[in-house]
Amino acid sequence: MTFTNEKPIYIQMADRLCDEILSGVYKDDDRIPSVREYAVLLEVNTNTAVKAYEQLAREEVIYNKRGLGYFVTPGAKKQILKARKQEFMKERLPELFRQMRLLDITIEDITSEWAKTA
Amino acid sequence: MIEVNNISFKYAGQKNLVFDDFSLELKQDNIYGLLGKNGTGKSTLLYLIAGLLRPKKGTVSFDGIETKLRKPETLQDIFIVPEEFDLPAMTLDEYVKINRPFYPLFSTTVLEGCLKDFELTSDVKLNALSMGQKKKVFMAFALATNTKVLLMDEPTNGLDIPSKSQFRKVVTQYMTGDRTLIISTHQVHDVEQLLDHILILSPQKLLLNASVAEITEKYTFEYRTPDNMEDALYAEPSLQGNAVIAPRKEGYAETQVNLELLFNAVNEGKI
Repeated sequence: MTFTNEKPIYIQMADRLCDEILSGVYKDDDRIPSVREYAVLLEVNTNTAVKAYEQLAREEVIYNKRGLGYFVTPGAKKQILKARKQEFMKERLPELFRQMRLLDITIEDITSEWAKTA
Repeated sequence: MIEVNNISFKYAGQKNLVFDDFSLELKQDNIYGLLGKNGTGKSTLLYLIAGLLRPKKGTVSFDGIETKLRKPETLQDIFIVPEEFDLPAMTLDEYVKINRPFYPLFSTTVLEGCLKDFELTSDVKLNALSMGQKKKVFMAFALATNTKVLLMDEPTNGLDIPSKSQFRKVVTQYMTGDRTLIISTHQVHDVEQLLDHILILSPQKLLLNASVAEITEKYTFEYRTPDNMEDALYAEPSLQGNAVIAPRKEGYAETQVNLELLFNAVNEGKI
């Protein structure tokens, strides 16, 4: 995995697991790889992987069963989609609007392009 | 666990002190990155910790025992992989048979696992290996000794492209529990995602001694356009815009450490 410079590695690891849940690699109540397995897979410090899992557990995307490992919380997919949508609206859209104003692109230009993709 | 207290050191016949009244404490269960320009004493520090060199003044101790005494109970818990070394004319199997009794916690499982990851076998002739293969064999042995302290001097030098990735894999897999690893290197990109703690040496003193968590909490690493530089502590031009270190603003997300940028900023005294 190539890590970008924008986000801390633990966030990128958490995002990756979320992507895997979204794409159906792990389904509700499926066991996900252990912290160490995931750290080895991505070649990162175990403490970084611990941070990623703790973050996901806080967000209730995964839950811990003592001695058994981490599992996908039922409904996690919906939860992740909601969070991603929010992130898009709050962070990416304003940047897109800024670029549109800068380049003098109207919303009609966008809708006509959007219609072409359908 | 490792305490370096007020040491002075110089090599015989040399005028300049490598260390002068230098102190440092290393804690258990961490992966340290030891960085510094050429000739700042990185390797010397590793040798002093391993007890291969003795300080002129001050003490280096491991769990309260001075390493220069080279007591068996110390030596069985410290292993050093130097940058360059020779191995005797024998197979790895014979080498293991002779050397493993010195390390009570030696693990054959770890050795076999590492060799498999590095695509090597235990019947290799140690004196007939390329530099990279020799390094991999010796690192596999080093990890298998299960010593509390493992010192590696430029571990990724001479490794081919897939082996660098394998190196990160075996380190994350086998540096378990209470083991401490100190990696001295110039190849920051090879190891940066493994590190818990960064040490930056300059001649005779430490310029930086901070955990990665502390660094990411305090500073933001990002690319910026030239019109947005007012709070930048340090900047370098790059293809993606200016690479910048700035104080992290309250409430803003943490960013990934750019180790090369941090190193340059610290060496120029900007941080």
